[in-house]
Amino acid sequence: MSGKTLYDKLWDAHLVQQRDDGSALLYIDLQLLHEVTSPQAFEGLRLAGRKPWRVSSNLATPDHNVPTTVLERKSGVDGIADPVSKIQVTTLDDNCNEFGITEFNMTDIRQGIVHVVGPEQGATLPGMTVVCGDSHTSTHGAFGALAHGIGTSEVEHVLATQCLVAKKMRNMLVRVDGQLNPYVTAKDVVLAIIGKIGTAGGTGFAIEFGGSAIQSLSMEGRMTVCNMAIEAGARVGLIAVDQTTIDYVKDRPYAPKGEQWDMAVAAWQDLVSDADAEFDEVVVLKAEDIKPQVTWGTSPEMVIAIDQPIPKAEDQTDPVKRESYARAWKYMGLEGKETLGDIVLDRVFIGSCTNSRIEDLRAAAEVVKGRKVASTLKQAIVVPGSGLVKAQAEQEGLDKIFTEAGLEWREPGCSMCLAMNADKLGQGEHCASTSNRNFEGRQGFGGRTHLVSPAMAAAAAIAGRFVDVNDLVKQ
Amino acid sequence: MRPFTVHTGIAAPLDLANVDTDMIIPKQFLKSIKRTGFGKNLFDELRYEDEGQPDQECTGRPLRQDFVLNQPRYQRTSVLLARQNFGCGSSREHAPWALDDFGIRVIIAPSFADIFYNNCFKNGLLPIVLHEEEVDQLFREVNSTEGYQLTVDLEAQTVTTPSGTSFSFLVDTFRKHCLLKGLDDIGLTLEEADRIRAYEEKRQQTAPWLFAPRSL
Repeated sequence: MSGKTLYDKLWDAHLVQQRDDGSALLYIDLQLLHEVTSPQAFEGLRLAGRKPWRVSSNLATPDHNVPTTVLERKSGVDGIADPVSKIQVTTLDDNCNEFGITEFNMTDIRQGIVHVVGPEQGATLPGMTVVCGDSHTSTHGAFGALAHGIGTSEVEHVLATQCLVAKKMRNMLVRVDGQLNPYVTAKDVVLAIIGKIGTAGGTGFAIEFGGSAIQSLSMEGRMTVCNMAIEAGARVGLIAVDQTTIDYVKDRPYAPKGEQWDMAVAAWQDLVSDADAEFDEVVVLKAEDIKPQVTWGTSPEMVIAIDQPIPKAEDQTDPVKRESYARAWKYMGLEGKETLGDIVLDRVFIGSCTNSRIEDLRAAAEVVKGRKVASTLKQAIVVPGSGLVKAQAEQEGLDKIFTEAGLEWREPGCSMCLAMNADKLGQGEHCASTSNRNFEGRQGFGGRTHLVSPAMAAAAAIAGRFVDVNDLVKQ
Repeated sequence: MRPFTVHTGIAAPLDLANVDTDMIIPKQFLKSIKRTGFGKNLFDELRYEDEGQPDQECTGRPLRQDFVLNQPRYQRTSVLLARQNFGCGSSREHAPWALDDFGIRVIIAPSFADIFYNNCFKNGLLPIVLHEEEVDQLFREVNSTEGYQLTVDLEAQTVTTPSGTSFSFLVDTFRKHCLLKGLDDIGLTLEEADRIRAYEEKRQQTAPWLFAPRSL
């Protein structure tokens, strides 16, 4: 019999009941909640007269709707100008109070994007099952945790039963071997993976990311990779536990302490795929081949290296692909353009659950330090992932570097990644964005998103167009 | 939940691959704290010329004439024909809520994104995977026949065309059972409460740190 994959182990450890029909009850250790996908779940509990099964397994923070300007944030919920957004944030506060759930509200320094806050607090631990009504919950897989997004009905189900009705996924290994080139980051790696397997390539799979290039990444980098597993269609992204994982978790507020810490660390050693484990599919990339990536179209798979020409619809043989390329060309306003460098940028956004952690901000700051944002740019904003990331960045003087270069330094939240608050693109505007989705209208009605790493976004802010960050730093 | 047994209705062809949940229901409408009322904003950016706002009356808004659901012959659509990877992107259940509120009961595509697929079953919607060639055939037939209707029988797991051709589809036994009966998932799981408690007790022995009380 062959060994188990990391996913197999996590699945087995949380199996409450395997049913004959192939479905299973899976135990959930941690549920993260935010204001957008939870109100109807709490309402459902109330209507059925149910209580949360284990209150302490839930952690909440508002992130999608919160404003990011200092002025609006000063007065907490009352500072939210949009009345509809305000109701949603207030509803989260009220629900958490009513059901006794720990919440980092808008005035708490620990508030931030759920996928930044969970790991930062040590609420996310190796070996856990983690769910949230947000598809980017795959982020937490970086800790060797089984983590994925769920819908609101399932949020309610987990609140009420501590379980999820699930079906086992298939195993995929994506291995990135070798050493990454200078200024090629976790974001470029995951965009290159999506470019290779496509946005549906991981559908039905739990993807484990492995290989020496993945192992060499920090926890921040690993979170970036797992975060975008869903953009490859996989609900689950995973990375094996090693010393990097354990060092990151140690001494975090919610991490186990003393004797329980030792016991946990001993158990976590097993959170790797067995050497003889078999994967249903294996994809291999060479780290040396990966260059800084930029998306040109309206799907994360429409991605190329900075030095490649923009692919044309008429060169596509598959009719469905040809049709989507033509549509993307039109939406993105690419007529007459040959390369990414031909696109004039309007805005730059550095932030989101993909790239708003301290390492991301350091990478961006290093590039803009001593330089000035291009005068052609309408706006460049930096939105830290949490109040604590913001505080850390300010302690390191990163905020000064950004503001001196002409970027705006904001309060934490999801911000322009999905434009539910006031931070958004105007119609037809091009944005270099460190977020995760370049769908039509994602960052604003008619807005045109190009996904990049923080270093590439910073370089784009300085140049006013896409350039290879390696060339910019040499100047 | 509303049960799903047999459904016959007008089919409409949405000839676009990778339709994401941002397209199905744009983010400004996610600010609602209700489950209903999303139908008028289904496919908002594909459907209307202007940018839609929450709580806005939609009857006077300029329509995009080229969008399939705006055409008179598809006004009463309840079966949506779609292309590969339908429902990709965010986990927002507002997407099936919007489809449901609009009157869609069935979505037929060569493939679906996982989270969206799962969310449909929680709301009495039936997502059906058919082979690429079968979907192609349905697209051709619906395009050439006004008033084209499909009949979907969940028990028999078939999609039947007006000419009597039937395609069979696969569906998980448990999901089928719940959908046929309109069962409440949570109620079913709570019948296993003893089993869940037994799991917790055992797990607490081997991984006590997972159950440590939060002291912050």
